[in-house]
Amino acid sequence: MTTLGILMLCHTALDRAAQVARHWAAEGCPVVLHLDARVGPAAAARLQAALAGLPGVRFCPRRRCDWGTWGLVAATQDAAAVMLGAFPSVRHVCLASGACLPLRPVAELRRYLDERPDTDFIESVTTADVGWTVGGLDLERFTLHFPVPWRRRWLFDRSVTLQRRLGLRRAIPEGVVPHLGSQWWCLTRRTLAAILSDPRRPVLDAYFRRVWIPDESYFQTLARRHARRIESRSLTLATFDAHGKPHVFYDDHLGLLRQSGCFLARKIWPGADGLYSGFLVPGPAETAAAEPDPGVIDQVFAAAALRRTKGRPGLYMQSRCPRESWENGKTAAPYSVFEGFAEVVADFEAWLGQATGGPVHGHLYAPERAMFAGGATTAAGALSDSATLRDYNPQSFLTSLIWNGRDRRQCFQFGPRDRQEISWFLAMDPNAQISVITGAWAVPLFRAGREMAQIRREAAALQQTETAHLEVLRSRHARARVRIWPLASFVADPIGPLQTILDEISPRARHRLTLAPRLVDLTGFGRFLQALRNLGLKPLRMGDFPVDRPPPAAPGRLGRTSLAG
Amino acid sequence: MSGVLARYGLRLERKRILLRALFKQRELQRRSDRTARIRPGDILLFSTLRNEALRLPWFLRYYRALGVNHFLIVDNGSDDGSAALLADQPDVSLWHTAHSYGRARFGMDWLTFLMMRHGHGHWTLTVDPDEFLVYPFCDTRPLRALTDWLDASAVRSFPAMLLDLYPKGPTEARPYRPGQDPTEVACWFDPGNYTIARNPRFGNLWIQGGPRARSFFADAPDRAPALNKVPLVRWHRRYAYVSSTHMLLPRGLNLVHDDWGGEKVSGCLLHAKFVGGFAARAEEELARGEHYGRGREYRAYCAGLAALPDLWCAWSERYRDWRQLEALGLMSKGHWA
Repeated sequence: MTTLGILMLCHTALDRAAQVARHWAAEGCPVVLHLDARVGPAAAARLQAALAGLPGVRFCPRRRCDWGTWGLVAATQDAAAVMLGAFPSVRHVCLASGACLPLRPVAELRRYLDERPDTDFIESVTTADVGWTVGGLDLERFTLHFPVPWRRRWLFDRSVTLQRRLGLRRAIPEGVVPHLGSQWWCLTRRTLAAILSDPRRPVLDAYFRRVWIPDESYFQTLARRHARRIESRSLTLATFDAHGKPHVFYDDHLGLLRQSGCFLARKIWPGADGLYSGFLVPGPAETAAAEPDPGVIDQVFAAAALRRTKGRPGLYMQSRCPRESWENGKTAAPYSVFEGFAEVVADFEAWLGQATGGPVHGHLYAPERAMFAGGATTAAGALSDSATLRDYNPQSFLTSLIWNGRDRRQCFQFGPRDRQEISWFLAMDPNAQISVITGAWAVPLFRAGREMAQIRREAAALQQTETAHLEVLRSRHARARVRIWPLASFVADPIGPLQTILDEISPRARHRLTLAPRLVDLTGFGRFLQALRNLGLKPLRMGDFPVDRPPPAAPGRLGRTSLAG
Repeated sequence: MSGVLARYGLRLERKRILLRALFKQRELQRRSDRTARIRPGDILLFSTLRNEALRLPWFLRYYRALGVNHFLIVDNGSDDGSAALLADQPDVSLWHTAHSYGRARFGMDWLTFLMMRHGHGHWTLTVDPDEFLVYPFCDTRPLRALTDWLDASAVRSFPAMLLDLYPKGPTEARPYRPGQDPTEVACWFDPGNYTIARNPRFGNLWIQGGPRARSFFADAPDRAPALNKVPLVRWHRRYAYVSSTHMLLPRGLNLVHDDWGGEKVSGCLLHAKFVGGFAARAEEELARGEHYGRGREYRAYCAGLAALPDLWCAWSERYRDWRQLEALGLMSKGHWA
């Protein structure tokens, strides 16, 4: 019993089309081929020769089928008329292209259709609900004029804009409710015959001839007029990428395609020998009851679309180099910048490393070299500690460091002694958690015990750098998570700020700091600041350090302080 | 206005390069011309080389396996049997020249002429004998699958960053046999040590870094070799490479990256430079002074290799396959799935 007939629209890869047509014919499905009139006579003759002598194969008159034009619909009508006329036992007619491939045994498809003899499988969605049209035209496909072909994109767009502005509209014929859908359908003889022999067909054809991309709307709309039961989905797996081009299947998709349980798929790459030899095998129906489930394939393609449109956050490479504010993440992961902590807290890096478990770098932007965690000369990704290499492109250095180490929280020290070019980038990056103890730069000067006159000049320069840096951090454009403590208030209560920072780094850890880090000895720091003042330099942002008393709440030499809790 | 002038300037530059190439064709002597066998749609490979007999067997085998249909090669005065080896290959057309490599824009004048004459309308791959193209799915899909997809997506050029491979230990320690996969000898690379800058004039990205910048150019990073390349192009006789295969004209061919956050498709050129007699070669090339910047790069190598014979470091990554490079963010599938 021949109950299923196949219409094939072919224009390239004709040897593959012939191979598939032979398969259908061998499995007892009559095939009507339409060959694009643009194909040369030699290639056409080869295709005809390849299919000569097969009883179930017919050709229909050739038309020119440019993308999105009426020719495709007219060719389908011709082929359908041949099919219905020549093979009276055909009950379902499936429209396929030369690049379609059956994924399940033909017997399974036939049985599936036998169980649903009155059902038309055609994706048919109203223009309001369609959601997939690329280029933004849905209802306007039916109401505007399209005198210019799509490939002349500039003129095409101008013509659309002009008509919108002038309010030009075509009337939709009575009884037509515009529907759109995949052009690959499987209709019952009854519905197809009704569409072809509709008494109003001349009017409808004349209308659709000037609709844009009628192959996605002619049968989809008219089936609604005649069908008894429409299943609005296609039996052919055919999806489109972010640019509206059909996805192509290759040999490495074999597993996915088998898993999908779809009956047909398009487009198959003509060179995919593995797919053609893997799927074009005669076979009995095995899992006839299984419904198609293209979910896994959809996931793969959705991931691809996301990669093309959003990309991987924080990645800068040869084919992804986002302009400012288009980064979708300036860096790949959150990271922490500590300013002044290493100066005030003894062994701060080791302490922080224990608290966070991630790598804690020293001053990455130190003028001598990048101080990687553990004193290493290279860091993740084979980044070099050379200062010249780093300063050649400070931003690439940081984004690479964060990208390479994105699986662990990266922490590093920063301060007014360091190269400052990266300041703005840090301030603008929402991934940066910047914690600053202002005035802490004075502590190493205080502890160095050098001559005051020398120190004064250096202190002035550092303070100026700090001022500029804080202005950047406080800019209204800044997006980083910035916290600033004056030196005196940090020294008075080091646990509070550190707890806040650690909680933000790992909110779920909820570990209470019970062991305070050891602070460096600041006895005499007030006297030191007074000495700077006496030399004419006013220390800003240190907070209150009385000259003759030890700093508040940090009596004398600070040992280990326990925190109750 | 300045934009129009700049564009006109680039147009003149392109015409100058093309004219120069036409003029330079007289330096080429035909050795074995099998270009009549090139069929429409064939994928063509263009290369200039000198004394590469050691590497050629693997080179030809690798690119034949990817699906290159015809090799068009300029032999710049080899004396190690490269010419004889190439003349015997049925899919190789060979030209000979003894003229200066440096004064032929590092061989690009000769190749530009050959591409103008034979490359028009074909997908062309322009690589050195130590560069091996890796692209997404290259283990399961031939090069033609990629070029078909690029055609369907109306993309004319495909980028592939140079990825320097090096051995662990001194570069001379492990010998290389002809026909051997060079990644057996040098299989390490820098996974994330690259800098990117924009080149506003030509629209391309300027990528530097990797082991060469780290080891030889630490005190002059601006001189470190460029790693950005666009080796695969659907050629038109009016196209021209400007500087090696780093960039082309018209400049639209250089826009292989996405500016708005997305990823376009890209590959890598595995660069097996530090394989098989590299030190001797560097010294010879330095003496010839035919390379870019009078062999500045080779001078740096000779200085560097004497002082620091090992490019390997604790963060070097061992090369496995394209998926690894994709995961590291060195190349991307874009929306090819």
